[in-house]
Amino acid sequence: MKAERSIGRARQRKGNSTALAATILLAASAFIWMTPFLWMLVASLRPDNAGADMASLWPSLESGFGNFVEAWTSGDFPLWYLNTVILCGGILIVQLVTITMAGYAFARLDFPGRQLCFYLFLLQLMLVPPVLIIPNLVMLSDMGLYDTLAGVMAPYFASAFGVFLMRQTFKTIPRDFEEAALVDGATPVQILWRVLVPLAKPGLVAFSIVSVTAHWNEFLWPLMSTTSPGNQVLTVGLASFTRGAESASQWGVIAAGTFLVAAPLLIAFILFQRRFVSSFVFTGIK
Amino acid sequence: MVDAATMSALPISSATKRRGNIRVWRRAAILLAPSLILLALFTYWPIVQVLYQSLSVASFGGQAHLGLDNFHRLFADPHFGKAVWNNAIYGIFTIFPSIALSLLFAVGLKESTRFSALLRTCFVFPTLIPLVAAAALFTFIFLPRFGLIDYQLGRFGLSAVNWLGDPDLALASVILITIWKNAGYYMLFFLAGLQGIPEDLHEAARVEGATTFQRFRRITLPLLRPTMTFVFVIALLQVLTTVDHIILMTSGGPNDATNLILFYIYEQAAQNYDTGLAAAATVVSLAGLLVLSLISLRTLEHGIHYEG
Repeated sequence: MKAERSIGRARQRKGNSTALAATILLAASAFIWMTPFLWMLVASLRPDNAGADMASLWPSLESGFGNFVEAWTSGDFPLWYLNTVILCGGILIVQLVTITMAGYAFARLDFPGRQLCFYLFLLQLMLVPPVLIIPNLVMLSDMGLYDTLAGVMAPYFASAFGVFLMRQTFKTIPRDFEEAALVDGATPVQILWRVLVPLAKPGLVAFSIVSVTAHWNEFLWPLMSTTSPGNQVLTVGLASFTRGAESASQWGVIAAGTFLVAAPLLIAFILFQRRFVSSFVFTGIK
Repeated sequence: MVDAATMSALPISSATKRRGNIRVWRRAAILLAPSLILLALFTYWPIVQVLYQSLSVASFGGQAHLGLDNFHRLFADPHFGKAVWNNAIYGIFTIFPSIALSLLFAVGLKESTRFSALLRTCFVFPTLIPLVAAAALFTFIFLPRFGLIDYQLGRFGLSAVNWLGDPDLALASVILITIWKNAGYYMLFFLAGLQGIPEDLHEAARVEGATTFQRFRRITLPLLRPTMTFVFVIALLQVLTTVDHIILMTSGGPNDATNLILFYIYEQAAQNYDTGLAAAATVVSLAGLLVLSLISLRTLEHGIHYEG
């Protein structure tokens, strides 16, 4: 009995030390993961004449916002923010309409050819617009949308992924609600708009977070489909801005510019952490 | 609730039924039309278009004819071969390490303490910033001599390394960025998957005397298979559809060391204005994408069978 207990205790002690080792390893990894951000913060506040110590992770004594002022004035940040907000907002509004309509059709209507139609949608899950850059550019110039913000948005207006998500969401809503509304004399449009959409809000919110995150961060397609500086979004602006600052070795200014581009989503994430995480997971697993 | 069984039991004339069918069909058509028209414009028609483009050969007479010239030129181009090879290496060495790391992070941080929540945030942060922003930061991190890595290595007396300029190291450096960027995203899915595993199973195994490692191998891993397959598919898509960092940091160089398929397409289209070659490369990568996704969908189904 005694021996058994001491074995148990030894095992527990061993378990504790493994747990401690694991914790230390995890904390060290997390620190490594955060190092680029740490550097970004420290470097952006450091005067740009730090020279060889530019890579130091210790904040300088004479910190200031000089790099931010420099970045803000040499880049066109207000325009880039505005264009990015218009881009994300425009895509999202149209997407919410199209995915709600199509999601409802797939969830509730039993029409001939539904399965085939579903497979047609499936195709877009794999063939994301970056892969179809070449033909989509031809399409844009045929439509006269090349080098416009509307052109950057257009390929994203329909989202197979969003349609699947809404289909799943509508399917979890019991039909009783619709039938009750039908008995009360509501039209199909009223049922969709007044009954189902409010109940499907979690799905719509999750999709919105994922959609805005994706398009806020997108680079290749906006780069290829626009040429004039007036249509640049944050990522495209940052890329051209970085190229200029790099040749001048203005690393502090680059750090400040990167901070300006990345900060909105990071702040949103810190504020609405639970929402973000559950949205990512919800949209992935379902 | 009126379900199909009671409906069919009722004597309904076929005319009423047909009228009902037409109404349902019309309603479906109206609801699906916006999505279908947009998909036709920006997915289906472009596929037809790119197939045609890849097969059309411009001749000196001005009239284009159909032929396989673009594909011949594509497969004869050593840059394209290099890009396919690089993409395979890039895929293998980003997908497997990021999945392994994200799984370890998830298992280690599944407890809902403040400390784990903080560490989880650290790992998720990179997934929230644009890849171009990550590229801007890593350009400095990899900078020879003055950059973050060389500066820290220098304190231990190690000499400077040209991370992005050395053909032997450039792809590895790009791989590091991708792992750093994606591991936290995959971790979220594993965390969700872990929540679905009942604690009783672990408890029972612990009573039987199973070690931590045994429990991980015999319980956690098999039950996470569906999640694993899902993460694998999105990771696969990721390595074939994202080259933002390549464009900003290496332009496929040095000496083609970081040239990936999508970057090759971008270069042919945006720099060389060779749309025929770009279209042929797009068709090849589309075919690859379709085959790979069909394979992974099959595996996904197996995963679900396993679970059920």
